[in-house]
Amino acid sequence: MTPVITRVLVANRGEIARRIFRSCRDLGLATVAVYSDADAGGLHVAEADSAVRLPGAASADTYLRGEQIIEAALLAGADAVHPGYGFLSENAAFAAAVQAAGLTWIGPPPAAIAAMGSKVESKRLMREAGVPVLAEVDPAAVTEADLPVLIKASAGGGGRGMRIVRTLAELPAGLAAASSEAASAFGDGTVFCEPYLQRGRHIEVQVVADQAGTIWTVGERECSIQRRHQKIIEEAPSPLAEQVPELRQQLFTAARAAAAAIGYLNAGTVEFLVDAAASRPRCYFLEMNTRLQVEHPVTECTTGLDLVALQLQIAAGRLLPAAPPASSGHAIEVRLYAEDPAAGWQPQSGMLHAFELPGNPVEFGAGGWPAGPRPLLRLDSGVGTGSQVGVHYDPMLAKVIACAADRAQAALFLAGVLERARIHGLVTNRDLLVRVLRDAEFLAGQTDTAFFESHDFAALTAPLADDHAVELSAVAAALADAAARQQAARVLGGLPSGWRNLPSQLQRKRYAGHDVGYLLARDGLTVDGRDDITLVSMAPDLVVLQAGRVRYTFEVAAYPGLVCVDSALGPVRLTPAEPFADPSAQVPAGSLVAPMPGTVVRLAAAVGDQVRAGQPLLWLEAMKMQHVIAAPADGIVEELPVTVGQQVEVGAVLAVVKPEEAT
Amino acid sequence: MTVLRSALDTRSGGYAENRDAMLAKLAEIGEQTRKALDGGGQKYVDRHRARGKLLARERIELLLDQDSPFLELSPLAAWGTEFPVGGSVVTGIGVVEGVECLITASDPTVRGGSSNPWTVRKSFRANDIALANRLPVISLIESGGADLPTQKEIFIPGGRLFRDLTRLSAAGIPTVTIVFGNSTAGGAYVPGMSDHVVMIRERSKVFLGGPPLVKMATGEESDDESLGGAEMHARASGLADYLAADEHDAIRIGRRIVARLNWRKLGPRQAAGPVAPLHDEEELLGIVPPDLRVPFDPREVIARVVDGSDFDEFKPSYGTSLVTGWASVHGYPVGILANSQGVLFSAESQKAAQFIQLANQVDTPLIFLHNTTGYMVGSQYEQGGIIKHGAMMINAVSNSAVPHISILIGASYGAGHYGMCGRAYDPRFLFAWPSAKSAVMGPAQLAGVLSIVSRAAAQAAGRPFDEDADAAMRAMVESQIEAESLPMFLSGRIYDDGIIDPRDTRTVLGLCLSVSHGAAVSGATGYGVFRM
Repeated sequence: MTPVITRVLVANRGEIARRIFRSCRDLGLATVAVYSDADAGGLHVAEADSAVRLPGAASADTYLRGEQIIEAALLAGADAVHPGYGFLSENAAFAAAVQAAGLTWIGPPPAAIAAMGSKVESKRLMREAGVPVLAEVDPAAVTEADLPVLIKASAGGGGRGMRIVRTLAELPAGLAAASSEAASAFGDGTVFCEPYLQRGRHIEVQVVADQAGTIWTVGERECSIQRRHQKIIEEAPSPLAEQVPELRQQLFTAARAAAAAIGYLNAGTVEFLVDAAASRPRCYFLEMNTRLQVEHPVTECTTGLDLVALQLQIAAGRLLPAAPPASSGHAIEVRLYAEDPAAGWQPQSGMLHAFELPGNPVEFGAGGWPAGPRPLLRLDSGVGTGSQVGVHYDPMLAKVIACAADRAQAALFLAGVLERARIHGLVTNRDLLVRVLRDAEFLAGQTDTAFFESHDFAALTAPLADDHAVELSAVAAALADAAARQQAARVLGGLPSGWRNLPSQLQRKRYAGHDVGYLLARDGLTVDGRDDITLVSMAPDLVVLQAGRVRYTFEVAAYPGLVCVDSALGPVRLTPAEPFADPSAQVPAGSLVAPMPGTVVRLAAAVGDQVRAGQPLLWLEAMKMQHVIAAPADGIVEELPVTVGQQVEVGAVLAVVKPEEAT
Repeated sequence: MTVLRSALDTRSGGYAENRDAMLAKLAEIGEQTRKALDGGGQKYVDRHRARGKLLARERIELLLDQDSPFLELSPLAAWGTEFPVGGSVVTGIGVVEGVECLITASDPTVRGGSSNPWTVRKSFRANDIALANRLPVISLIESGGADLPTQKEIFIPGGRLFRDLTRLSAAGIPTVTIVFGNSTAGGAYVPGMSDHVVMIRERSKVFLGGPPLVKMATGEESDDESLGGAEMHARASGLADYLAADEHDAIRIGRRIVARLNWRKLGPRQAAGPVAPLHDEEELLGIVPPDLRVPFDPREVIARVVDGSDFDEFKPSYGTSLVTGWASVHGYPVGILANSQGVLFSAESQKAAQFIQLANQVDTPLIFLHNTTGYMVGSQYEQGGIIKHGAMMINAVSNSAVPHISILIGASYGAGHYGMCGRAYDPRFLFAWPSAKSAVMGPAQLAGVLSIVSRAAAQAAGRPFDEDADAAMRAMVESQIEAESLPMFLSGRIYDDGIIDPRDTRTVLGLCLSVSHGAAVSGATGYGVFRM
């Protein structure tokens, strides 16, 4: 019986949940969201027709709780479940449970998921089906000749449980680390080794299969720009496949064989590693992702397909036309992460004060873009202005996708959009993405998985805004602040900013690392240390300056403890310093004196004791009340000139604590 | 809207000449003002800084709200006297935590910040402004006390300083004192008479008598800290309400005190969204001719000062030598009186008396733009009652209760100075343009009068008249009167609140009008008997 789908629960969060909801709406299907406590205010919750809470915040307590999600689907009256990517999307048991609950599973059959679930097992299957695979190396039998090798988690994905081993000495530690990482990430510590291709290219093929046995290969994607084995830039078509025409046919044939071998149904992706160093590039099967891929938008942009709509239609029993639509143009996707690449890719959390892209992005695309002369922009975002980014989930904020007639246009357009995006409140990998997109080798199609290792990483992660940009931006920030203060002034706001009948000194504004001294007078702006800057206009959110003969426009946004300045010179974050030190941050002097006359009733410290701030040292009784005399700061008790029972006068020194030297 | 049209030809030779003359005067005044800004000179500034201390104006800048305006008052006090220009004190009006305050700061680089007769007079003027306009007073003190050689001019009148502080407090106007260094002997009463006192650890010293005096008086051995240290006053005497860690901390505390005053101004608020004048205020430089005998149309000034150049003239065809009318400046409604042809006749006097009463009826502040040579003389005018009519104008201006602001843009001679609300008539503020001159009469007229009188005396005594001596006398008197009628001289004697750049007129008026609305604005309820 053909299932009828009317209401879809998406067992996911963030951008992918929103992406799937968009296709559901297009097809007239109702939507159900699930959300953890941390996501209660999330955009995907607000957009769904109904939403069911999953108590808790950690993934293990929420989005990984299959039984709760199925319960939610039944509660909300959903008749189908879409898993998105990640979380339970490649969990065969969950897929089976969804089906057992009488719900439609939007994805491949559980058996196909299971077949591809084990990397070791799937490679064996593929080898048997005639799909080229990399020779497997027994971790216990790795020799010098096999090096370098890559250790991988059998159940893995997303780079976790992966280690490159270049010397035999590193092997035992690498195996142990990969295994424990795999065990904690996937609940399965099984690892295996395969030859490591130093300059491999990661190319994958999108397949879509229906019940009638039609298997489409809907173009390839190249995802070679990776950090720590995690893709950050993906594109379609593959630059390598464009350069080596027979490679595409090789990939398509292998992908089709892979899908056919396991009776695949619905959308999936077959990933290959391509040895570009060989005289004739050869591809090797890596794994098959039995779900929607993060980077599916680049395929949608070049084919006009709506892959999610196709997934829903195939799940409902619809059949594919004989051939997929042709591809045209070039699409590039970047993953914008709340992370600091220069600080070991440290994830960032906090308030996203602003998130705005220039160039009218189409949210979650709509498919069917003509590859015209004008580049187009797509945004798949899980967050927006005002979103709170937490620590519980992947720090990816959004995917930004550009589509143009050719690769260089798409890359440069996307770089320009990212550079001018207003992303306030969180450090992101934006600057790195822009530098990669503008890198000469990248533009020449020289992308491989060792891109970051073979480039000057410090130069790639350097901020887009140079010292000159920061200096001008700080001046703009100071002037925007002046304009804001003028507007907010309770009195005399109509007078010129900082007016003096006798100007004697500069107005000073301090930002961490940048002091700005300026004076606004009848003859214009004077900036300390710069005689080439003139003011064109100033407003709380927009300052126009001329430096030398060049005019720049600065967009300024001030938030508590943060000022963001965006201009053609690059985005700049400034931390304003308060003009006065916070007295509560100052350590009071170490002498403790009696607040009133009284009797010392108890001592709790002795001379030489190491004490912590707030630790009681002695008790003083006065007027029937006992008063605690506590250490004002961490330090050493230097003097304690009182004894129990001693009467003290007001102001008498009771103890002296020498504060520890500030470190 | 009744928009003033300008007839000023900015391409004319006259305009350029006027402008050049005005700029030259501004440059000259700037040089003198520089002396006040330089304080006690580089050596003392360096020494002060080496002690880790901020300069007087740096303290003020830190105290003010960032990017807010500050009007320094009487900057040329003591100009032309034996004392340094500026009077070793900075006074002015600025915004602290959204509150317009009267700020005074002793300049310790000038003879240790000690008070001389001009310091005292400048401080009196500041206190008058605070009281009249209900401005909270913040005193930043670091002073070596009275300049003892001139004590005769300080001691007796100087007691008013302490009286002023407590009268301000009695009038509900808060007084805040931050002691940055010494404030001893008489100076100790500044914190003593203030509502709020901040002292700085190891810096403030406040005592009636220092260790030597105490030793002489009672034989007690003592030291500065036990007699008047900040810690002592914060913990023992209670003279200090707040103990600050350093100068920055003291200023921070001062700002917090003002923030907690919950201050409300008593006058009405200004109208929202005032528009700038339609004509460029830069052109104010080219209106007044260097030779004040050449008349100019004050409407050209008004057109560059009032909101939207919008001016509704009152009695435009009557008493045309005085322009009167209604406008607003930075959203504050005002009545303006401006001399047009210099001389005040009976009609002008009566027009002024009526106009001042009208303004008082509707609680509207008045602005006086001076360019007058005085009331008309001559038998025809005396017989026509010019004294009577001038008296009506002076009666009206004396008893008017709305805020007055006078600006001397040209001449301000004779009783015309009084009728136009000169200094003795207590305008809330009085400023001069560099082009101004003020005296009992013009220098040539005064010298001529003296010459005629002495010629008559010689004739009466039957002595021969020494024409050469008379010419020399006339030249000497003329140059002396000329010098004494110039704005720097008058500013030096604190007969004005400062000389302003004509281009700042609108800004200064806007600030002063806002400040004037700190007190309730209400018109007079009675006048002296008008002699009809």
